[in-house]
Amino acid sequence: MREFINLTLGGVITGAVYAAFALALVLIWRSTRIVNFAQGAMAAITTFIALSLIESGQSYWVGLAVALLAGLVLGAVVERLVIRPVEGGPELNAVIVTLGLFIAIQALISVLFGVNQRAFVAPFSTIGFRVGDSSLALSPNTLFTLGAVLLVMVGLTALFRYTRVGLAMRASAFGQEVARLLGVRVGRMLTLGWALAAVVGSLAGMLIAAEVTFVTPTYMDALIVFGFVAAVLGGLDSPVGAVVGGLLLGLLLSYVRGYVGDELVGLAALAVLVVVLLVRPGGLFSTTQTRRA
Amino acid sequence: MADAGAHGSTASGAGAAGLTRGAAAGGVAGGTATAPAVLQVEGLSAAYGPVRALQDVTLQAEHGRITAVLGANGAGKTTLLRTISGLVRPTAGRVVLGGEDVTRAPVEAMVTKGMAHVPEGRGVIAELTVDENLRVGSLFRGKVPSEEFERVYTFFPRIAERRNQTAHTLSGGERQMLVIGRALLARPKVLLLDEPSLGLAPRIVAQIFAMVRHLVDTEGLSVLLVEQNARSALSVADTGVVLNLGRVVVTDDAARLAGDEDLRHAYLGF
Ligand SMILES: Nc1ncnc2c1ncn2[C@@H]1O[C@H](COP(=O)(O)OP(=O)(O)O)[C@@H](O)[C@H]1O
Ligand SMILES: [Mg+2]
Repeated sequence: MREFINLTLGGVITGAVYAAFALALVLIWRSTRIVNFAQGAMAAITTFIALSLIESGQSYWVGLAVALLAGLVLGAVVERLVIRPVEGGPELNAVIVTLGLFIAIQALISVLFGVNQRAFVAPFSTIGFRVGDSSLALSPNTLFTLGAVLLVMVGLTALFRYTRVGLAMRASAFGQEVARLLGVRVGRMLTLGWALAAVVGSLAGMLIAAEVTFVTPTYMDALIVFGFVAAVLGGLDSPVGAVVGGLLLGLLLSYVRGYVGDELVGLAALAVLVVVLLVRPGGLFSTTQTRRA
Repeated sequence: MADAGAHGSTASGAGAAGLTRGAAAGGVAGGTATAPAVLQVEGLSAAYGPVRALQDVTLQAEHGRITAVLGANGAGKTTLLRTISGLVRPTAGRVVLGGEDVTRAPVEAMVTKGMAHVPEGRGVIAELTVDENLRVGSLFRGKVPSEEFERVYTFFPRIAERRNQTAHTLSGGERQMLVIGRALLARPKVLLLDEPSLGLAPRIVAQIFAMVRHLVDTEGLSVLLVEQNARSALSVADTGVVLNLGRVVVTDDAARLAGDEDLRHAYLGF
């Protein structure tokens, strides 16, 4: 029973991080119909920037703020300089561009920060709460992780549902040409979408770093896979779906890890992806009807 | 006044619509316009690669009038509207809106200058609710009093019932009402409508056209209406422009075009 509880807790926590990362992918997919394969590397470089500040004596919170800000700028710059020229062209072009960006940013991290593993100290205690004489897979830091992801989800939902800029972003995402005819500055909205996504991705990078306690230039690579599966599971168009998909995937993989074996986790994620694509290609929460070709 | 009779039959669907019509129609008699032009298109040409879709097109939309642009499938009607609103860039010619040359203006700026373009296929954003669709249309104006939305809902009660549903649940006719209502919220000087009759039952087409006529007569709206369905369009329009293979063939009073049998057979298909 205790094992089940701990696997569940562990699943919810990794699931929350998958969710944050999936949210970043969804934000970009919604606005530009591109899966940003560079998302992990972008998050990694902002986390390394934060880590350098923290190592030089700044607090974790200064590091976090700088990481998020760096994400904002990086996202906007990437959209303007790298993505804009391939937008509206064949979809494969954009995919290849984001893959290229992924490699380039990862190389840049190695050049700037070295390839060695570096310790990342969590902002809160990572020692599990105790119940009786046993310790739970739940610590102050994991509570912080959960809270941060929840806050981002609520914030994004409120932004899209209740604000003018959120409405303009959705209109740009779902009807670019119509939105332009209605006077919406679609280009700006796409830039803003990428910037927001990179902020959320950076947050995910910081949260993961604290959970895994050390970082390398490639520490986010696995996450792009799990984040993508979570996003597809929830429906690439749906922020709520991204979070639910992330949590479900986190739980499932945690049980697989605990009851079946660590080596099957990747395979299980792949199985989820295949099943979703076969049974419900729109994902669990898709709001878009399947478009006719 | 042969044309007054022709309009009367469809316009009666919108109640008082026929009343203010008579005087306006009188001015067009003879085919020369007396109402001031809101939109002037001068020598406009456009191409898709080697395909010359528009060649030297000159026409105008007059204040408080419906100008119908008619022609077969592929005549260049959609290209004309897309070039006017900047979605397609012209190879030659000018577009003048309310006296201002807007030929090179960005698409996003057109609506602020007073041009509302309802594209072919209606341009409903299916993923948004009816209410959100309307709100997107007024975003550029900043804060818009809620009475303006209520006026649209009063005029189109069918969509008022569904204001919180996503727009993909609407029928074709309701979608057309939604996009026209959305365009009205932009308070346009000129409304460009691309084939509003497309895919609608004849009864619904008559209803939509009567509503447009009513808006023109009561609100002083100016409309450039593009249609393949020439018979219906001419029955509500004041002026007709016939387009064939990207060129203007003739411009004349709508009733007279409808009465010209040779022209009808050659270009209008009825
Ligand atoms: N995007 C496009 N690319 C190439 N040719 C086009 C495109 N759109 C329209 N055309 C061509 O331009 C001509 C005019 O088309 P269009 O303006 O859509 O006519 P209409 O709206 O009157 O049916 C046609 O010959 C059509 O095949
Ligand atoms: Mg057309």
